[in-house]
Amino acid sequence: MNSLIKAENLSVRHGDTVVLSGVDFAIRKGEIVTVVGPNGSGKSTLIRALIGLEAAATGRVTRSPGLAIGYVPQKLHIDAGLPLTVRRFLSLPRRVCDAAAEAALTRTGVPGLGTRPLARLSGGQFQRVLLARALLTRPDILILDEPTQGLDQPGTAAFYHLIEEVRAETGAAVLMVSHDLHVVMAASDRVVCLNGHICCEGAPKVVSAAPEYRALFGLGTGGAFALYRHMHDHDHEADEGHGHDPSAPHAAHPHPLHGPNCTHDHV
Amino acid sequence: MRRILTLSTAPTARTTMFDDFLIRAALAGIGLTLATGPLGSFVVWRRMAYFGDATAHAAILGVALAFGLGMPLYAGTLTVALAMALTVAALSGRGHAMDTVLGVLAHAALALGLVAASFIPGLRVDLSAFLFGDILAVSRADLAVIWGGAGLVVALLAWRWQELLTATVNEELAQASGQDPGRARLILTLALALTVAVAIKIVGALLIAALLIIPAAAARQRARGPETMALGATLVGAVSVAGGLAASLRFDTPAGPSIVAVAALLFTVSLALRRRG
Repeated sequence: MNSLIKAENLSVRHGDTVVLSGVDFAIRKGEIVTVVGPNGSGKSTLIRALIGLEAAATGRVTRSPGLAIGYVPQKLHIDAGLPLTVRRFLSLPRRVCDAAAEAALTRTGVPGLGTRPLARLSGGQFQRVLLARALLTRPDILILDEPTQGLDQPGTAAFYHLIEEVRAETGAAVLMVSHDLHVVMAASDRVVCLNGHICCEGAPKVVSAAPEYRALFGLGTGGAFALYRHMHDHDHEADEGHGHDPSAPHAAHPHPLHGPNCTHDHV
Repeated sequence: MRRILTLSTAPTARTTMFDDFLIRAALAGIGLTLATGPLGSFVVWRRMAYFGDATAHAAILGVALAFGLGMPLYAGTLTVALAMALTVAALSGRGHAMDTVLGVLAHAALALGLVAASFIPGLRVDLSAFLFGDILAVSRADLAVIWGGAGLVVALLAWRWQELLTATVNEELAQASGQDPGRARLILTLALALTVAVAIKIVGALLIAALLIIPAAAARQRARGPETMALGATLVGAVSVAGGLAASLRFDTPAGPSIVAVAALLFTVSLALRRRG
């Protein structure tokens, strides 16, 4: 099947720092893929490079021609000098009619917010407005950078439910960065663990049923977080005492998330 | 200015409306504010105030070049303003401290322009007209250039309004939507150079940025949307032109600075009418 976006041997540098190296990644139509990883692991950099906001130092990124991307950035600063209501913002870059705008706002859980200035929204409201705008652009792929930050628990659950709905209705692919690992497990087709490179990737359902996963971490959400912390709160340079060999950074890690689709070698 | 104002007390025979220097001045100023309203709004939204200054100051060098090479004045100012604007646009985003770079370029261009002008016989005397403008000396040909230039700027901005606004809200959102924020920057750079070239005769190189920023800042206080702010800025600009010309006539003050002073007064009033958000 054709990929919407494909990265081959992608590396990204920020100055002298290598933020991402040797990443092979592809996302297909209708797929929900979540990128997880510790702070500074290059999650945002990866999705920004896939969109084309960051230049590849090596390798390349290919987007299918005419691909419509609905991007929800992690943060968006609106200059105080620019008066902009929610309604006007939804009409960028293409104008939409009032009915469509209100429908999108209702759908993302913030009906009737149209007349509010963008600068006066709470974090959670702003996030929903960003998503509403992205949906209005009729995207082939939604790209969301930590979309649930600023949302409470029910808001987060509703959000992932909405993502699934959108995918089912429009067939759009979804690529997101997330910290809500317990929800990720339920809502994603594929999980990519990133730490400067792709540590492992695979289908979460296969993974969560794996005996290693049950044995090591139990079944609750606490288990998922424990897994997450174990997998990622480490440093490949400074070993934190669980037997890291720098030449074989994965040797100390079991790979319960290593799914059947994962083709790269683990040392 | 004084010389011309003395003339005004002894009106000559008029054949058409355009023969009246005061009408021409008002038309020139209002024509310019059609462009400075929306463009000035972008300057405020994108925090390009110093960028406007650098471009405007460079125009003095353009004046010197135009006289030195025997080119038409507008061609000289437009060329140098455009060169400066493109230089600044190219330098931005390359890791330079922008306010320092702009500070160097803006004042270097102004100083160079003044030095170059001193080599041109006959220009030194008239230089103040280009520093502070000489709106009362606007000719019919000037009017045509001003309205032509301002019309071009307005057309350019209106044509690409949605794209320019998207890139101004956030360049990354624009890029993710398949637009090129570099093109938006180029359009605004071009519009700025054009505006500077036609404005130099009206308010002069030192005050062009003021005419861009002050009306837009005043309009911001009540505006709920970008379009109302742009229109409001044009309105404030036009009122400033009318008020400044009236004050200039009444108190025998230089016209360009009087226009900017009225704009500043309107800005102060707008602060009292501020709407939150």
